[in-house]
Amino acid sequence: MAEQHPSHESGGIGWQPLARSVFLTTFLGAVIVVGTVLFYIFAGGEDLIARLIPANSSFAGDIDFVILVIAGIVGFWFFASLFAFFVLLYQSRRRPGHKPEYLAKHDHQLHTWVSWPHWLVIACDLIIIIVAVKVWHQVKQVAPPADTVIRVVAQQWGWTFRHPGTDNKLDTVDDIVTIDRLHVPLDQVVHFELQSKDVMHDFSVPVFRLKQDAVPGRTIKGWFKPVKAGAFDIQCAEMCGIGHGLMPARIFVETPEQHAAFLEDSARNASVPGGQSIY
Amino acid sequence: MALHSITAHGMPELQGHHDVHHEEHWFLKYCWSTDHKMIAKQYLVTGLLMALIGGFFAYVFRWQLAFPNQPVPFFGVVTPASYNMMITQHGTIMIFYVAMPVLLAAFGNYLIPLMVGADDMVFPRLNRASYQVFLISSVILIWSFFVPGGGFGGAWTAYPPLSAGSQYNLTPSGSTLWVVAVAVEFVAFLMGGINFIVTAMNARAPGMKFVDVPLAVWMIVIASVMFMMSVGPLIAGSVMLVMDQNFGTHFFDPRTGGDPVLWQHLFWFFGHPEVYVVLLPALGFLAEILPVFSRKKLFGYRTLLYSSIGTACLSFFVWAHHQFISGIDPRMANVFAATTVLISIPIAEIMFVFIATLYRSSIQFTVPMLWALSFVAEFLVGGVTGIFLGASGADIHFHDTYFVLAHFHYTFFPIAIIGSFAGLTYWFPKMFGRHLNEGLGRVHFWITIISFNFIWMPLFFTGIMGDHRRIYSFANFPDLMTPDRILLREISSVATAVMGIAQVLFFANFFWSMYKGRKAEDNPYNANTLEWRCPSPPPHGNFAVMPTVYRSPYEYNHPDREVDFWPQDEPPAGQGELRPEGAH
Repeated sequence: MAEQHPSHESGGIGWQPLARSVFLTTFLGAVIVVGTVLFYIFAGGEDLIARLIPANSSFAGDIDFVILVIAGIVGFWFFASLFAFFVLLYQSRRRPGHKPEYLAKHDHQLHTWVSWPHWLVIACDLIIIIVAVKVWHQVKQVAPPADTVIRVVAQQWGWTFRHPGTDNKLDTVDDIVTIDRLHVPLDQVVHFELQSKDVMHDFSVPVFRLKQDAVPGRTIKGWFKPVKAGAFDIQCAEMCGIGHGLMPARIFVETPEQHAAFLEDSARNASVPGGQSIY
Repeated sequence: MALHSITAHGMPELQGHHDVHHEEHWFLKYCWSTDHKMIAKQYLVTGLLMALIGGFFAYVFRWQLAFPNQPVPFFGVVTPASYNMMITQHGTIMIFYVAMPVLLAAFGNYLIPLMVGADDMVFPRLNRASYQVFLISSVILIWSFFVPGGGFGGAWTAYPPLSAGSQYNLTPSGSTLWVVAVAVEFVAFLMGGINFIVTAMNARAPGMKFVDVPLAVWMIVIASVMFMMSVGPLIAGSVMLVMDQNFGTHFFDPRTGGDPVLWQHLFWFFGHPEVYVVLLPALGFLAEILPVFSRKKLFGYRTLLYSSIGTACLSFFVWAHHQFISGIDPRMANVFAATTVLISIPIAEIMFVFIATLYRSSIQFTVPMLWALSFVAEFLVGGVTGIFLGASGADIHFHDTYFVLAHFHYTFFPIAIIGSFAGLTYWFPKMFGRHLNEGLGRVHFWITIISFNFIWMPLFFTGIMGDHRRIYSFANFPDLMTPDRILLREISSVATAVMGIAQVLFFANFFWSMYKGRKAEDNPYNANTLEWRCPSPPPHGNFAVMPTVYRSPYEYNHPDREVDFWPQDEPPAGQGELRPEGAH
């Protein structure tokens, strides 16, 4: 690289004030944008994600927090880079009397402008990794003790849910088996055993921030704790054939009274031939 | 062609094809030519035609998503089977039959011999075979749409057991033909890749040191090496998949001890480096275009080179971020989250280099420059949104939603479409000897870029709001049919149609200019690299006098020079044609 002219330094004097102005503009611009967002979050907007999609499980808020932390950090970088980019585009536009600069080699000071963002990126990466892994660990690697255990079986193209019934134990005679309708009690830690009968499926409840592939031949365990009553969509989130868009299911998060009524109803129906319990 | 100029390149034994540099029969010219430029153009045209098919599929299924179950104009009613087939083939076509042939094969073939100052590829016949095999693979893929049962619809990732059993995917022939087409294509690109690597290593002009090699060549070579290193496991996986489909083996069948997740590892061990295989050539184009139109030396040649090699190496250790929730041991996610997020370091470095090149430059906003600059701006969006997906905790929510698709298209559209347009508009005068229409090019640029953002910005939000990908109609999900979601989907779909229509401008410009455009000079941009030092278009054999290289390719506005460029092969003042130390 231009070994013919090792003595040639960065060219004109006076690039430093210009560089400083570019980077100050950039930095201030990014700080203003991200600062506004952060201000908004701390002024009661910490539910930024929850405004787009309700956060109805105990860990939904934690996952939203990871998303917001990342949004703040990468938002800074994104706007900083874009500001620098457009400021430079404007300053360097071709015009009469404007001569580009020749940089014979890595000018020490210019190089600094690239290398300190580089170290900052590493620092930001570390923060992101720590926050993400912490929440991942809490959601996917450990689980609080179960209040109830359900079994979710996916197949082409529908869901079978096995509820433990009144004795709160799976695989007993009073189990309640339903198709495409899952009933869980509010504010209880629900452990699930996820299975598939044929191909890959994925048990996803977006309002819970819950997602787990169902792998045929395996039983995959997971948990969630619903914190808001209501009925929500369950989607299959892994391509499973032509009926992939045709396996919607609903999860009913029920107050103790509603859940007791569900159990009672199901028990009554189960004693009737042709009732809900089809196993 | 003077014999001594060939011998000076130290490869006389490979020059057998040189005595056929005269006008040839059309069959020899178009079907049997070993000229790297002809092969490049054939790859280019095939890739552009495939892009039309892939783009049409995108329009059809986007329309279905916005206006579920209504007849799509120019297509008809979309069934779940045809929807699945189209999303699968859209992905396959755009990655394997557009990005790879255009960015890697067409530009690799066209640029490498010209930029390193060689008269052709080192293995011209292998090069011809590469295109022929690629063409066969394209025919197999298109054939697979029309066999009984229809084309494969199990997503471009083809996860078994769905892809492995026709009782699950209902496309007994289509799924096998799909795997075969992709595997055959890899053979073509392996033949092309070995040619790129060997040509760049052995056929460089005398005096061209490794820091004098234009970065476009470097990037294509690094991409070829990555492709070779990553494709083996997938070819093995493809063979196992075809055997599972047709010969009763059970590699991926859990009922008989097979493991369906094994395929995902084999696929993504290839699949992630593959993204960088197509990214690097596009970055290489930027490294050529930005200095030329900002008349300034590239900031940090070595930084860019080493960052790219770093990205390439790191990309082999991140594949399981596609599988965080696929049933792998959750502890593995921690390792892969860390490696994935660390990729931001070299990528950020590359972006800094590009942005810093603009500093105190003199930018001319030509059409290729607009494409190159828009690459930086759009790829930034793709880059930063990738962090959300690499961070395992956040990925629990985002996995398999439209957020992933939006992120992916914000990386892949800049790579495959913007990168290709940047390269095409920049090298068009060299390829065809004529200029593209500048005004039409600008209109096409702005419509394409604006509509692109209208397609994908809304889908980040539908993704956050819980739209999952590959679902042919959201009408079955009550939570997903709120007015705001529907509006966002409609904006995206209408923008898709607008973008599709805008491509008429490009094709009109392309074919009209090829025959009627303004004649191009040999070096219309006053660029330094060697491809601009031969006629436009270059004849078979490329250079009248084989060049000797004296300096790096990015010497613009050197203070010792009257003119603002300094071609690589221009002898230094007071020095003759010869350079004592010669070639590597």
